[in-house]
Amino acid sequence: MFDAPKTNTKLVEVRDLKMHFPIHTGLFRRHTGDVKAVDGVSFDIYEGETLGLVGESGCGKSTCGRAVLRLYDITDGSIMIDGDEIGDTPQAKLRGKRPTMQMVFQDPQASLNPRMTVQAIIQEPLDEHTSLSKEEKREKVLALMDQVGLNRKFAGRYPHAFSGGQRQRIGIARALALNPKFIVCDEPIAALDVSIQAQVVNLLEDLQQEYGLTYLFISHDLSMVRHIATRVAVMYLGKIVELAPREALYAAPLHPYTKALLSAVPEPDPDLHDTMDRTILTGDVPSPANPPKGCNFCTRCPAVMDICHQQDPEYREVLPGQFVACHHYNDITDANAIRAASEAQ
Amino acid sequence: MPDGAQPVLDVRDLKTVFKVRGGEVHAVNNVSFDLKPGELLGVVGESGSGKSVTMMSLLGLLPTPPADVQNGSVTFQGQDLLKVNPETLRSVRGGKIGFVFQDPMTSLNPVYNVGMQIMEPLRKHMGLSKSAARTRAKELLELVGIPDAERRLKDYPHQFSGGMRQRVMIAIALACDPQVLIADEPTTALDVTIQAQILELMKDLQDRLGMAVIWITHDLGVVAGIADRVLVMYGGQIVEQAPTRELFKNPQHPYTRALLKTVPSVRGQREDRLAIIEGQPPILGAQPTACPFRDRCDVAFDRCARENPARFIVGPAHDAACFYDANTGAPRDV
Ligand SMILES: Nc1ncnc2c1ncn2[C@@H]1O[C@H](COP(=O)(O)OP(=O)(O)O)[C@@H](O)[C@H]1O
Ligand SMILES: Nc1ncnc2c1ncn2[C@@H]1O[C@H](COP(=O)(O)OP(=O)(O)O)[C@@H](O)[C@H]1O
Ligand code: SF4
Ligand SMILES: [Mg+2]
Ligand SMILES: [Mg+2]
Repeated sequence: MFDAPKTNTKLVEVRDLKMHFPIHTGLFRRHTGDVKAVDGVSFDIYEGETLGLVGESGCGKSTCGRAVLRLYDITDGSIMIDGDEIGDTPQAKLRGKRPTMQMVFQDPQASLNPRMTVQAIIQEPLDEHTSLSKEEKREKVLALMDQVGLNRKFAGRYPHAFSGGQRQRIGIARALALNPKFIVCDEPIAALDVSIQAQVVNLLEDLQQEYGLTYLFISHDLSMVRHIATRVAVMYLGKIVELAPREALYAAPLHPYTKALLSAVPEPDPDLHDTMDRTILTGDVPSPANPPKGCNFCTRCPAVMDICHQQDPEYREVLPGQFVACHHYNDITDANAIRAASEAQ
Repeated sequence: MPDGAQPVLDVRDLKTVFKVRGGEVHAVNNVSFDLKPGELLGVVGESGSGKSVTMMSLLGLLPTPPADVQNGSVTFQGQDLLKVNPETLRSVRGGKIGFVFQDPMTSLNPVYNVGMQIMEPLRKHMGLSKSAARTRAKELLELVGIPDAERRLKDYPHQFSGGMRQRVMIAIALACDPQVLIADEPTTALDVTIQAQILELMKDLQDRLGMAVIWITHDLGVVAGIADRVLVMYGGQIVEQAPTRELFKNPQHPYTRALLKTVPSVRGQREDRLAIIEGQPPILGAQPTACPFRDRCDVAFDRCARENPARFIVGPAHDAACFYDANTGAPRDV
């Protein structure tokens, strides 16, 4: 339904984004290293599409999403949103840009102030960024509550009186208050029950359709991302290892990590379990403070080669719209050779 | 699984109520199930459906008050675990019945190294000497796939990754050659690639050691991969029970049917729109007098509001607690 990007306009362009957190140790809190949470990622998000960002915990998804919205002062790189470069804009000057870009958080419990009513929570961005009258703001909040499927009667209640799914709707209403173009959804359904997840995902899809919203949808749930995303980026240890249109990524993944990650997802179908080829990765993810030399995946990769321990593979577009960072695809350009290289692993 | 074999564990009419300020929580309502030797029984349900409280009740692990196990029997090796003295129960727990919980950090003691923690049940329940216990502890770490076992015995819980800690927990649970292993969402907090490792390990251990396992999860995918038989819980009750393949091919309870439709898949058909289950899970404030699923059920009718359905037999080893017959598309005439 929402497959092809509606336009070819890039709303978000991220180049070589790095977000390193300094590590200070010892009595004098000396700077002894860095957590390379995001270590050089590049991607575009087209207007009206959903870019899925997947990967295991700690790989840098949240940091990436927050860095793109400039909730951090980034270490390096460029971020263009809706025509403006904001990578190096000082925080004070970002204020005018904030309404365009919003965030929905994982834990609706922790991200909503327990001492504010729903009305006040949803209204807060309006107080901060608009000069609407009290009455106008009230009307706007009630309209937002309608849009996200919350009963207006409950505007005066506090967050604790709501279920997890309803709290997530409050968070979404708040994010919508300033008519944003771009929303980073950081694991918006991870804290919800299976039967509630679909309700929230359908709501996000409806809102996208109605308001032409663009999403960066961060999740560790590969099946939900397959449902909602137009294109999907896979992160591992601070880097994007593969980015591709949804169908290509799920039907014909190229990167050994993407293959292993997909094969690890347990399918709710006993027959598939019996017939499936599984790649079970051994070991754990290395620390982002001390990534291995060469390819970040070389310590766990089932298709590792000598060169992988020496050189970081280049991230490049190997098929139209399909980017991958793996030495198995070095210097190959035609589609048949790419497929052969993928099968040979 | 040998058919018709005597169950290793037989739970009948278990009922657990919490007395809390402002009322009661009827967390577990007349739950009955058995566990056959060597079988892997999956228990699925959303959070709050009563999975953990069921297992904690039968292990005697709930604080009383606020918990009150009001009714039921739990037969294990000819004894009713709800009636035995606390001493006997302690020796069964962690001995012949091992258990693993979701968060190993809360069950492992941060101030002792893992070697000590594996050796403790060996010395307490099996009466092993210190050196014999140490040798066995090392073997157990090897059994659960922890590299460099000898050295790692001296490490503390925080020095292990999440997946490795869960392996340590499994090693402790296996220490005394249990007949039954109860695992409560042991992979829920882990990443999928690590979960895949643990599930593989579990299947392998079960093959080799032949124990019976109860595996609790909210993930239908996990159940599809490892369980022989599945219990589906909703609102403190078992709403459906079936052999795994049968449950996925021929689900009978409206909740199971809806749940299977609402989860997307990474390999199967991709739907443009997710099916949803409207509404919220029930609040378990009182003894249920109606079907707990009726407010969200798309085939509910008047009887569902008047009576709480019993578990009707719907096929071989298959039952569903529902007044509606999914096969005929009409109310049952019983
Ligand atoms: N504010 C911070 N200071 C230091 N390290 C951080 C901070 N935020 C995240 N990290 C580290 O960066 C890495 C990536 O974290 P995160 O972006 O939260 O991953 P994900 O969202 O994929 O689980 C982790 O190792 C995490 O511990
Ligand atoms: N200590 C407690 N006091 C009061 N209610 C409790 C307590 N522990 C669990 N409950 C309630 O019992 C019900 C079942 O919980 P639980 O068995 O933990 O669900 P599950 O494991 O299926 O997520 C829930 O409604 C929960 O809130
Ligand atoms: S008993 Fe009634 S309400 Fe309950 S699941 Fe069956 S049809 Fe639905
Ligand atoms: Mg995160
Ligand atoms: Mg539980």
